[in-house]
Amino acid sequence: MSGWKMISGMTHTMTKLTSLSNAIQTHVHAGDLLYASGFTHLIPFAAGHEIIRQGIKDLVLARATPDLIYDQMVAAGCARKVIFSYMGNPGVGSLRRIRAEIEAGRLEWEEYSHFSMISRLQAGASGLPFMPMKQTGATDLAEQNPGYQRVTDPYSGEEVVVVPPLQPDVVIVHVQRADVQGNAHVWGILGEQRLAAFASQRVILTAEEIVDEAIIRSDPNRTLIPGMVVDAVCEVPFCAHPSYTQGYHDRDNDFYLAWDEISKTEESTRAYLQEWVFDVPDREAYWQKLGPEVHTRLHVEPQLSEPVNYGDY
Amino acid sequence: MMTELNYNPKELMVVNAARLLRDHDVVFVGVGIPNLACNLAMRTHAPNLQMIYEAGVIGAHPSRLPLSIGDPSLVTGSLSVCSMYDIFTLYLQRGNVDVGFLGGAQIDQFGNINATVIGDYAHPKVRLPGSGGSMEIAAWANRCYIITPHQKRRFPARVDFHTSIGFLSGGDDRARTGVRGGGPQAVVTDLGILKPDSNGELALAALHPNVTFEEVQENTGWMLKQMRDCRVTEPPDPEELRILREDLDPQRIHI
Repeated sequence: MSGWKMISGMTHTMTKLTSLSNAIQTHVHAGDLLYASGFTHLIPFAAGHEIIRQGIKDLVLARATPDLIYDQMVAAGCARKVIFSYMGNPGVGSLRRIRAEIEAGRLEWEEYSHFSMISRLQAGASGLPFMPMKQTGATDLAEQNPGYQRVTDPYSGEEVVVVPPLQPDVVIVHVQRADVQGNAHVWGILGEQRLAAFASQRVILTAEEIVDEAIIRSDPNRTLIPGMVVDAVCEVPFCAHPSYTQGYHDRDNDFYLAWDEISKTEESTRAYLQEWVFDVPDREAYWQKLGPEVHTRLHVEPQLSEPVNYGDY
Repeated sequence: MMTELNYNPKELMVVNAARLLRDHDVVFVGVGIPNLACNLAMRTHAPNLQMIYEAGVIGAHPSRLPLSIGDPSLVTGSLSVCSMYDIFTLYLQRGNVDVGFLGGAQIDQFGNINATVIGDYAHPKVRLPGSGGSMEIAAWANRCYIITPHQKRRFPARVDFHTSIGFLSGGDDRARTGVRGGGPQAVVTDLGILKPDSNGELALAALHPNVTFEEVQENTGWMLKQMRDCRVTEPPDPEELRILREDLDPQRIHI
């Protein structure tokens, strides 16, 4: 056997594995700009609930789609500001708690379109001072948000729209599987996961499964987030419920519809948070509390991809 | 003899939106009615329709009706999945999208859309969800279609806020912004179809069966012009209704 083969397997030097509560305590501080990533898919609800339980305040919460996770965190009083591009309950309607706080003048907001929000992360992740985008002609938002500027393209002389980098203090990313150093395989809808991780100062990675480094190395094209940008790794099965994890469990559309009712008043929202966040110690207890009927409803049968051949060189 | 109304207003909108799609169109699909329209077109006159979703899914063949734009059923069996940055740059900004579907709380005389706010932006009376991807879709897709119920509050002469643009104040306003797409080509409602005239003003291009011009005017916030070749739409045919009711939305979530 050549000496080269022996090097692989010798890189296990440290583990970043820790509990979710410890990761949140260590890496999420009052006043931080937080980005809990995931476009509909892989939204780290368990981390949001842990932040609520720990009573962390004054956060600036950024997400393209705040989704129910930020509606809950805003309702729990964690946020002083939201940054977003679509503030709706996807396919259902409004995010009632965030909307009520904004309409009452109690919550600051900063708003983009999806593409300009994602372009901000692209700039942040690439170490660039801004990202250009083509004109959209819709200038009303740019008039309200000084983040939108125009510069002259030095090559054509035409004006382009530019947006500034977004570099969160802390990003939370949920993935299907990762090793103890945070090298992570992700599949399904990819959203802004990778950009958010590279843009951030600190990254908390939650995974359905912690796997051996050899499994990650067996399919390196699927490693969208490398351990080098990850600070903490937490094994949190079902972290994303009521969002979903492709191949692991289904999206709980019934809950997204139910939230429209739950969030109608402050009282019913508070009652939900008491029962499902404050009175629950962790995600394992939350998942058990959901009960077998929900587990069965969200169960998904496997559909495997064809393996790819990397070649034995 | 009057044809009996055996379909509802939503079915009417889905069927008429589906008929606007051409075979081989690359469509940026939204959830709800646009999703039904695309899937109906694919099962009738446009079998080679390419459905792409802003969540980053290309060539989706969903096995069920998705509630959200990021449903897992869009991924399984699709042709390709990419990041959001890729879908907005490589596909939309680059000019690879033929059709975008749009909706909003307000659509005005020149096809501009408001999905952001009613009242003052800084002190909103009603805070709506905001742009999402619609600012870019309206600007960069080759053709845009708007689907919405026809109500006066939804069709003001001017929108409170330009979330995404149609023809601004008409004339060459849109062209002067330098955006690449052709803008809204039709607004499909439950009363008829509006299309932009040569000045970019939405005018009545078609009435659905048993609807009068007066009825449409009553539900529109500006003096509506009627195109010279204004026609009556063909009612949904039994096969279109069967596909919608039995195959696509058997639980009647959207129709």
